Amino acid sequence: MALLEVKDLEVCYGVIRAIKGISFEVNKGEIVTLIGANGAGKTTTMQSIMGLIPIKSGFVSYNGIDITKMPGHKIVNLGMTQVLEGRRVFQELTVYDNLLMGAYAVKNKHQIKEDIEKVYERFPILQQRKSQIAGTLSGGEQQMLAIGRAVMIHPELLMLDEPSMGLSPILVDQIFDIIKQLNEEGTTILLVEQNAKKALKVADRAYVLETGNIALSGKASDLLENDDIKKAYLGG
Amino acid sequence: MSIIMDGLSLGAIYALIALGYTMVYGIAKMLNFAHGDIIMVGAYAILTILTVTGNPLLGILVSIVVCTVSGVVIEKFAYKPLRGASPLAVLITAIGVSFFLQSIAQLLFGAKSRPISLPYLGHVTIFGAEISVNTIITLIVGAIIMAMLTLFVKYTRTGRAMQAVSEDRGAAILMGVNVNGIIMITFAIGSALAAFASLFYLMQIPSTSPTLGSMPGIKAFTAAVIGGIGSIPGAMLGGMLLGLVEKICLSIPAISQYTTAIEFSLLILILLVKPIGILGKKRREKV
Repeated sequence: MALLEVKDLEVCYGVIRAIKGISFEVNKGEIVTLIGANGAGKTTTMQSIMGLIPIKSGFVSYNGIDITKMPGHKIVNLGMTQVLEGRRVFQELTVYDNLLMGAYAVKNKHQIKEDIEKVYERFPILQQRKSQIAGTLSGGEQQMLAIGRAVMIHPELLMLDEPSMGLSPILVDQIFDIIKQLNEEGTTILLVEQNAKKALKVADRAYVLETGNIALSGKASDLLENDDIKKAYLGG
Repeated sequence: MSIIMDGLSLGAIYALIALGYTMVYGIAKMLNFAHGDIIMVGAYAILTILTVTGNPLLGILVSIVVCTVSGVVIEKFAYKPLRGASPLAVLITAIGVSFFLQSIAQLLFGAKSRPISLPYLGHVTIFGAEISVNTIITLIVGAIIMAMLTLFVKYTRTGRAMQAVSEDRGAAILMGVNVNGIIMITFAIGSALAAFASLFYLMQIPSTSPTLGSMPGIKAFTAAVIGGIGSIPGAMLGGMLLGLVEKICLSIPAISQYTTAIEFSLLILILLVKPIGILGKKRREKV
């Protein structure tokens, strides 16, 4: 059984059908990537799964539980969360308070303390900046904080929306290393990326989204060699 | 000296009410124009208990409970069904709730204003100025409440969640925050603060009428906007500033008649110089 199953998902903004009935699945332990151009519907798909955008029709299940109409905060408590596009750290809170917010659903104080230490180990820069207001961090640091904050609840499935956006090449590599690392530690990953090449290199499987439909899908390594994909997304 | 003390204590009243406006605006993104009428609800609660039992302390306690419950009930039945509706619809609903509360009060207690006899606590002389004990209590209790609120928002799990929802609702949901629950708590806190404001207001002007809440409500809303709506320290600062201005203007015979006009002009002036209010923060729309 797939960890996340999306079936005939349809999402509308007013009369505009942004997602026109797509189906895909993410299995336990995989890295799956959703690639596509601007406006293809990647972010809409991601946010509708988490209950942030209402679903018109279709069916989403997590671990066999129907989450199609479940409010977002309850979905989080099932063990999946998302790093939103644009990082969306709480700009007016300190780095430390952002991490505490990440652990909002965790009740065990001892556990929270330990997890924050682990985040600091993974991202030493965050420890240096722990009492700084998050809005003053650089883009890369904010992305690290956003990921650090998301892993505070030990998600079984972590969805990342454009984690490399607006970062320098070195930081992009670093972020992808972290994604790989998280996956090796047992976190299943659903990744949305514009940097298709990087995404396909790190992923097991991929879906190509084009104006609300899935145009192609398959093993990431195969898509990396696909001529159409090369032309459209990998720069020839 | 006594003018400044009076101004600060009136300011504390405005600040307590303004906090309700500003917190609800920050977190639920709506202007709750029925908030002023919660003061009136609190006043009638005190009046009723005083008439029945004669015990002012019991009156205060009941008033806090009644205000808090009305705030939560209003949110649940009037505003929650409109979550996601256009801001204008919510605004009109809030005005409707305001009329509703005033009419209920009229039905139950009549349209005439009724005196409330709270115990008179006397005067003390500080640095040669006579200052009523009521003023001092208002100031001290007001300051304690505001300090507690600040600490609550900064250092508790729920307080942090309130800040998070205020800044980015979507991201807060992804932390597992139940936004509806946080909005309910915000209404409860705001209304409880209004109950205190109601008590302090009655200590200054001991009579109540169905429209009692309108003027202090509007003044406190003005204070919240002056300070920067959505900002908690802003509401406190705005309230204090407006209270001081009001009492100072009232003490100068030449301009005392224009006090209200001066207060609202102050709002216009500050908005001209700083459209987001003194301590207001510019919100980023999208990264």
